[in-house]
Amino acid sequence: MTQIIDRRINGKHKSAVNRQRFLRRFRQQIKKAVSDAIDSRSITEVDHGEKINIPSKDTHEPVFGHGPGGRRDAVHPGNKEFVSGDRVARPPNSGGGGGSEASDQGEGEDEFAFQLSREEFLEFFFEDLELPDLVKTQLTKVTSFKSVRAGYSTTGVPSNIDIVRSLTGALARRIALRAPYSVELKEAQTALTALLSTPQNEGEHTTRIQELEEEIRRLEDKIATIPFVDTFDLRYRNRIQKPTPSTQAVMFCLMDVSGSMDEIRKEMAKRFFILLYLFLTKTYENIQVVFIRHHTTAKEVNEEDFFYSRETGGTVVSSALELMLKIIKERFPSDDWNIYAAQASDGDNWDGDSPNCRTLLNDNIMPLLQYFAYIEIMPHNHQSLWRHYEGVKVQNRNFDMQSIDSANEIYPVFRQLFARKPA
Amino acid sequence: MNTTENNIISDTSDWSSELIQRYDAEISRIAADYGLDTYPNQIEIINSEQMMDAYSSVGMPLGYHHWSFGKQFLETEQRYRRGQMGLAYEIVINSNPCISYLMEENSMPMQALVIAHACYGHNSFFKNNYLFQTWTNADAIIDYLLFAKKYVSDCERQHGIEEVEAVLDSCHALMNYGVDRYKHPPGLSALEESGRQKEREEYLQTQVNHLWSTIPVKENADDTPEETRFPTEPEENLLYFIEKNAPLMESWKRELVRIVRKVAQYFYPQRQTQVMNEGWATFWHYTILNTLYDEGFVTDGFMMEFLQSHTNVIAQPAFDSPYYSGINPYTLGFNMFKDLRRICENPTDEDKEWFPDIAGSDWRKTLDFAMRNFKDESFIRQFLSPQLIRDLRLFSVLDDDEQDELEISAIHDEHGYRHIRAALARQYDLSMREPNIQIYNVDLRGDRSLTLRHILQARRPLNKDTNEVIRHLSRLWGFPVHIQTINEDGTENITDSI
Repeated sequence: MTQIIDRRINGKHKSAVNRQRFLRRFRQQIKKAVSDAIDSRSITEVDHGEKINIPSKDTHEPVFGHGPGGRRDAVHPGNKEFVSGDRVARPPNSGGGGGSEASDQGEGEDEFAFQLSREEFLEFFFEDLELPDLVKTQLTKVTSFKSVRAGYSTTGVPSNIDIVRSLTGALARRIALRAPYSVELKEAQTALTALLSTPQNEGEHTTRIQELEEEIRRLEDKIATIPFVDTFDLRYRNRIQKPTPSTQAVMFCLMDVSGSMDEIRKEMAKRFFILLYLFLTKTYENIQVVFIRHHTTAKEVNEEDFFYSRETGGTVVSSALELMLKIIKERFPSDDWNIYAAQASDGDNWDGDSPNCRTLLNDNIMPLLQYFAYIEIMPHNHQSLWRHYEGVKVQNRNFDMQSIDSANEIYPVFRQLFARKPA
Repeated sequence: MNTTENNIISDTSDWSSELIQRYDAEISRIAADYGLDTYPNQIEIINSEQMMDAYSSVGMPLGYHHWSFGKQFLETEQRYRRGQMGLAYEIVINSNPCISYLMEENSMPMQALVIAHACYGHNSFFKNNYLFQTWTNADAIIDYLLFAKKYVSDCERQHGIEEVEAVLDSCHALMNYGVDRYKHPPGLSALEESGRQKEREEYLQTQVNHLWSTIPVKENADDTPEETRFPTEPEENLLYFIEKNAPLMESWKRELVRIVRKVAQYFYPQRQTQVMNEGWATFWHYTILNTLYDEGFVTDGFMMEFLQSHTNVIAQPAFDSPYYSGINPYTLGFNMFKDLRRICENPTDEDKEWFPDIAGSDWRKTLDFAMRNFKDESFIRQFLSPQLIRDLRLFSVLDDDEQDELEISAIHDEHGYRHIRAALARQYDLSMREPNIQIYNVDLRGDRSLTLRHILQARRPLNKDTNEVIRHLSRLWGFPVHIQTINEDGTENITDSI
């Protein structure tokens, strides 16, 4: 006797534990792969899952086996022209030409490739940054959905039956199905009344009456058997999942690209921008990112140019601030947009420019912004810009600045943001 | 048949539980008519993710947790997503009742194919082949795996995941050397066995302790026989030896070794009967579904879909094709059983000369006999016919590292049949495929080091992993491990040690 069991409903993610074990064991390798991936991907794509490659020699499970060499006689199919005693050159790379040994660990690839989910990827990304756990979960959270009414459907669970709708449908159906019988019934009844009112009492006459009465009874039965409510009538209230409404935000990334910003500093800056981006994705559905780079003049660029092209020259920070202000006024009216700005620099600025920056920020920019984060990456020593920014900080609670030497110091910059607006 | 029209079970590719039941009923009836003897079936419908789960736990319906299964899962998932491979149509568990998995994505003809293949083909093989009867216990395996899973997770809780993982890593490296190859004297009845379980544990520990007892024994000066070895006979089941004799091993680790050993033993028959097992199942799905068609239960469209998958399954690329990766066990096995039937039904003169006993015999009896009493190696040695060697155009290549060139040692001709048959049989002989490594000696009085002997076969050396595996063995043993390589003429060759 065969038993059929449908297992589809239960037992999903049975391998989840084994998968976690795998990730745990190869933590180091995966972390390196994740950090490589972050360097090579764009800020707005950072939280997608990632294909990860780790060296397969690390994941290899050793077993005793024969190595190449010795003497072996292997059988193969599909002979075309060989006859026994033929001698052929040894093909490159396959020692034995034998099928049984070679294909154990795949096609000799030296990389073990697999996919990390978004959550797993971010977890590895956060590891360096020493985020508090609470923050981590808030950041990895996907958009929340709300179920909203969306008309009616013909399938559903009993508790969702809409009675009025269903009965309206049932009534219509009953009327429609009854129509042909009602007409016949009316005809028969008229005929009967006519017959009864004529005073003939012959046998034929009586049978005709009986026939009509029979017919009327039959039609009445028909009408009575039309179901009051049919499954066909049932209408269920339909609900669909809708993302919870959220507002839009724009994030300005400002970076000094003068010669003193080297690759390491830029990479650190990138992590800083990524983190801000992730914070924002938590709160806002729609985020635009504007990249502004500057030396003596500022320019709006795409991400590629932002991180990878180099220029030399002096540094005038206010140029970037002015450009940002201009863009805000043109494209992002602050009633409609939540505006965030993040600036990364090594602290160099033309001395005479720093007071300008301070005024610009205090008077024009800060009132429009939700938050402004400034980081100074591995500064040689603090210069005038830092001192003037400190002045800005005193006047504006939504301004934060930090000097950082390594990646794990990035996070405290955001602490204030969180303290002010718990999610 | 004039009722043909009404017999057809379904004519769309959609399946439902009811349809599966009806197909199963017909297939079951036909299988019984052909004399297939099976365990009761349990068909489980699963989705593709669950199939990948089943895949990565190497066919154990409940496995203990280990990273290597996670690795396998990721590997399968990656290849499946990229579309490099479809999932196997089926996985079937050698248990009673016999559990087969059907994937929800499959069409009805595919489900029917899988039912015939797994629930009746593999199932009858599991129940009747002598290796499975000798080495596996279909009634108890599920319970045992459940016990193992629980035991491993208890150990993890007590001793930490890393500790347990390390032991399992080492055991997995030696898994293929954790099987008994010969039946030991009949065991005790289940009752006695369970009664002695506790006793065994205590006794073993005292045995081990005794072996390593440091209390000096009065040595008889005149009684210095030539050095005796321990074990007195070489031991080929390395994990068994470790479990019973590792000096400093804690008892929970011994139990872990035992678990891996038991699982290895459970899979031991499968590793030796791949060609036969798949061939048998393929032969029967082919035969049963054709019968189903002849009786008018399925449509032409059904047969077209079935034949297409069947053909894919038994496709054999030639040796020079880029897709070639050795002989396809499905092809070889299917063709051998089909050929065997042909020899019984329509023997040629050649068949009569080569197979005088079976040419012209009742094919069902002959196939049944072959299925019950052979493993891949002996099956090929016994039944590979010249006809099939010609059909598959088999040839053998001699690769000798002392020669500059390869030599074609035999092709499908009068002189070559026997050579090819023997060479192919050897290829499936587990004792030829795996290096012959045995535990030779333990230095009881000295540093407690363990010596392994590798007996060279055809001068084939060990692979690159050897040192790493030895390290694993040494981790289990707790003391140094040496490996000696012995030439075929008995002389000692090299000694490596860890």
